[in-house]
Amino acid sequence: MSVGIIMLVHTAFGRAEQVARHWSAAGCPLVIHADKNVPAKTYDAFVRALSDLPDIRFCERHRCEWGTWGLVAATQSAAQMMLDEFPQVRHVYLASGSCLPLRPVQELIDYLAARPQTDFIESATTAEVPWTIGGLDQERFTLRFPFSWRKQRFLFDKYVQLQRAVGFKRRIPNGIVPHMGSQWWCLTRATLSAILEDPDREVYDRYFRRVWIPDESYFQTLVRLYSQQIESRSLTLSKFDYQGKPHIFYDDHLQLLRRSDCFVARKIWPFADRLYRAFLTEQGEAMKRTEPNPGKIDRIFAKAVERRTRGRPGLYMQSRFPVEGRENGLTSAQYSVFEGFSELFENFEDWLARTTETRVHGHLFAPERAEFAGGQPVINGALSDSAALRDYNPRAFLANLIWNTRGERQCFQFGPRDNQAIEWDIAKDPNAQISVITGAWAVPLFKSTKDFIEIRREAARLQQIESQHLNVLRSQWAKARIRIWSLADFTEAPMEPLQTIIDEIGHQERRGLAQVPRMVDLTGFGQFLQALKNQGMHPYLMGDFPVSTGGIGQPSTAPPKPYLVR
Amino acid sequence: MKLAQSYRMRLRRKRAQVRAFRKHFALRPVADRTRRIRPGEILLFSTFRDEYIRLPYFLKYYRELGVSHFLMVDNDSSDGGRGFLAEQEDVSLWTTKASYKGARFGVDWLNWLQRKYAHGHWTLVVDPDELFVYPFCDTRSIRALTDWLDVSQVRSFGAMLLDMYPKGRIDAVPYQMGQDPLEIAAWFDPGNYTIEKNHLYGNLWIQGGPRARVFFPDNPRRAPALNKIPLVKWNKRYTYVSSTHALLPRGLNLTYDEWGGEKASGVLLHAKFLDTFTRKAEEELQRRQHYAGSVEYRAYAENLRNEPELWCKWSEKYINWRQLEILGLMSKGNWA
Repeated sequence: MSVGIIMLVHTAFGRAEQVARHWSAAGCPLVIHADKNVPAKTYDAFVRALSDLPDIRFCERHRCEWGTWGLVAATQSAAQMMLDEFPQVRHVYLASGSCLPLRPVQELIDYLAARPQTDFIESATTAEVPWTIGGLDQERFTLRFPFSWRKQRFLFDKYVQLQRAVGFKRRIPNGIVPHMGSQWWCLTRATLSAILEDPDREVYDRYFRRVWIPDESYFQTLVRLYSQQIESRSLTLSKFDYQGKPHIFYDDHLQLLRRSDCFVARKIWPFADRLYRAFLTEQGEAMKRTEPNPGKIDRIFAKAVERRTRGRPGLYMQSRFPVEGRENGLTSAQYSVFEGFSELFENFEDWLARTTETRVHGHLFAPERAEFAGGQPVINGALSDSAALRDYNPRAFLANLIWNTRGERQCFQFGPRDNQAIEWDIAKDPNAQISVITGAWAVPLFKSTKDFIEIRREAARLQQIESQHLNVLRSQWAKARIRIWSLADFTEAPMEPLQTIIDEIGHQERRGLAQVPRMVDLTGFGQFLQALKNQGMHPYLMGDFPVSTGGIGQPSTAPPKPYLVR
Repeated sequence: MKLAQSYRMRLRRKRAQVRAFRKHFALRPVADRTRRIRPGEILLFSTFRDEYIRLPYFLKYYRELGVSHFLMVDNDSSDGGRGFLAEQEDVSLWTTKASYKGARFGVDWLNWLQRKYAHGHWTLVVDPDELFVYPFCDTRSIRALTDWLDVSQVRSFGAMLLDMYPKGRIDAVPYQMGQDPLEIAAWFDPGNYTIEKNHLYGNLWIQGGPRARVFFPDNPRRAPALNKIPLVKWNKRYTYVSSTHALLPRGLNLTYDEWGGEKASGVLLHAKFLDTFTRKAEEELQRRQHYAGSVEYRAYAENLRNEPELWCKWSEKYINWRQLEILGLMSKGNWA
């Protein structure tokens, strides 16, 4: 009893010949089908090249185009010939010219001999697998597909639409249940001959002729009628990408293929010399008798598909430039934006860096330059602090910074003095944590020794900018985690909000804050605001500060007490 | 509107073809071996001027990647490079004394040669100082890549220009003929690139890198474009419109994904900043044959006179394509 190999060939005949010799050397009878599109000259040369092999036949040729009936017809012809001419064959293995046996053929023969009743064919009902490409799953069995998907896409699509519009539905003959799966199978003589000699075969053939991609469903469906025992998996390792085309194996997959313990792999790049040499000539490994284990290859290809369809979030590069809304994350990691904190606290940046062990920058969008942590002129990724470079594309600047520092959380200061062009990007970014003390920009003005007229003008300008900015943060499109306090509210009880923000950043022992940042002395701030009011400029973003004392939270008589919050 | 624009693009494409036809009269064949080109071979097109010192390594690099035939245009070299190339069995060489600028920086000449010889071939258009890197280039030939692109029904492949530079003064270590230029210019900027979409041609416009950082920190708009589409399954209807930054028909420029995924892409390692550069910059300044009145070279010359160092603390040293992939400068896409 032996295994018969059906080989479907349409290109790379040199390789097909090599593989055919390999099968033949192990005593497997072969039936080869060559695509009718192959020129006579090439075909004749191929037949001649193999003429010295015993037990090799060439079957009637059909025109094979992807997704059409020709492939099934070819398989039928070859299978019929195999059963008729080689009575010693018990299992028939369907392979292609670009398949490569990875284990000694004898191991496959033994494996199948130990399972004489088993049909190896992937066969699943359409409702239960998400394999299909292009949204046609059940419909591929209920509509008609006379047009080629590759060459007549327009007609293909229009005809599908038309059938849907008029509600056309084909009747599935004899109540068979459509199944699908990999087109590469290995069936027993009993099952295969039952399928080929079915009295209703004419009916099935007529039906499947107009099904879409029948080579993935004809045998997969009919095998359910006759098989004694189905193992729903393919013995051929064959992975498909998201467009439904097979992944190709190259020389650098050698170790991966070796360790997969699969019997046959497809599809192999015809110029992968090392693979062909390794698997077709270096034989005689010890019998392993292990089950195929393609897990690792599966993972690599699954990852490749994910890279192609989802990409790396927060990365903008030459071959990934998503339109708005499809970024799948505007930035690659979480970061924090602080507005008004470094104005209110004298040593806020140092304190924050120490407490959270994150990288704390100054005002990255300051008009003079990007104030990187530690005053560096260039930072990760060779990102420059030049304001002109940054403002040329602020969004790219931020995305680059976050991408370049993956693995280390970034914090930076922001305020109404800074370039506001970035505000929508951070407000819409779910990775941003934005904490705002409104009106805190007035504190440096209050401390300033500049001319009061100038201060008044600046205060009016900053207030207007921040007011606009708050509208952005409060808009319905804002997706960041945003917290806003007025200066008055914040100074009244500063530790609680600080604790919340720090907790959210996530690093630190849960002991509460050991150290607190030092708040600017706000004595006289109330009068300062009143003076602005007296000049006709009403500062309202900082909340209510009584005129008489400094800040509410800070009695003007005593220095601020240290406070701790649980 | 859309129709009108399509028609406008068609006119531009036709105009580029007419230009290529007009300019080709200036090309004089030195060694025409194009009859040796076989179907399916990968062809390389390039123009050069006084690059003899780079040519031996250039040929070696691309031969090893699997380029079968080189079609080169010599723009009035005086350093012996022409003679060297004329002797190479896999090179077809033309020469011209015509203006580089007048031929739109060589595009017209190459468009003509591609139209004539490259129909149906995968073609690589690179300068002698550009080394093409693509996913798995250390284990798979370009043929593996183009076969895969064929199966995926992709016609063009993007590879952004990545400026390489040495650590220290760029003229400190002299480059020797035949040497791998990356031994000297081993460093690059890993993450300071900005991208915008060009809505006219649909290509991306990438700027940044050391040239923007050092030469154009106050005027980034003038920084040179780094986006390139050097590998194309050529059809005689195609034409490059502005260097290799953009092609017509516009569909060829869509080498990027807009729905969040990543298409496969490569990198052109641009080993321009060697000791040869300082001299070249001075010379080009005299010739004024480069883009926008050679503004680029003017900026270089000024900066390099003072402080010819591009290296900074955050520069990255080149290792291999996987490093570029991890940094996000190129992508495997779904090629595995």
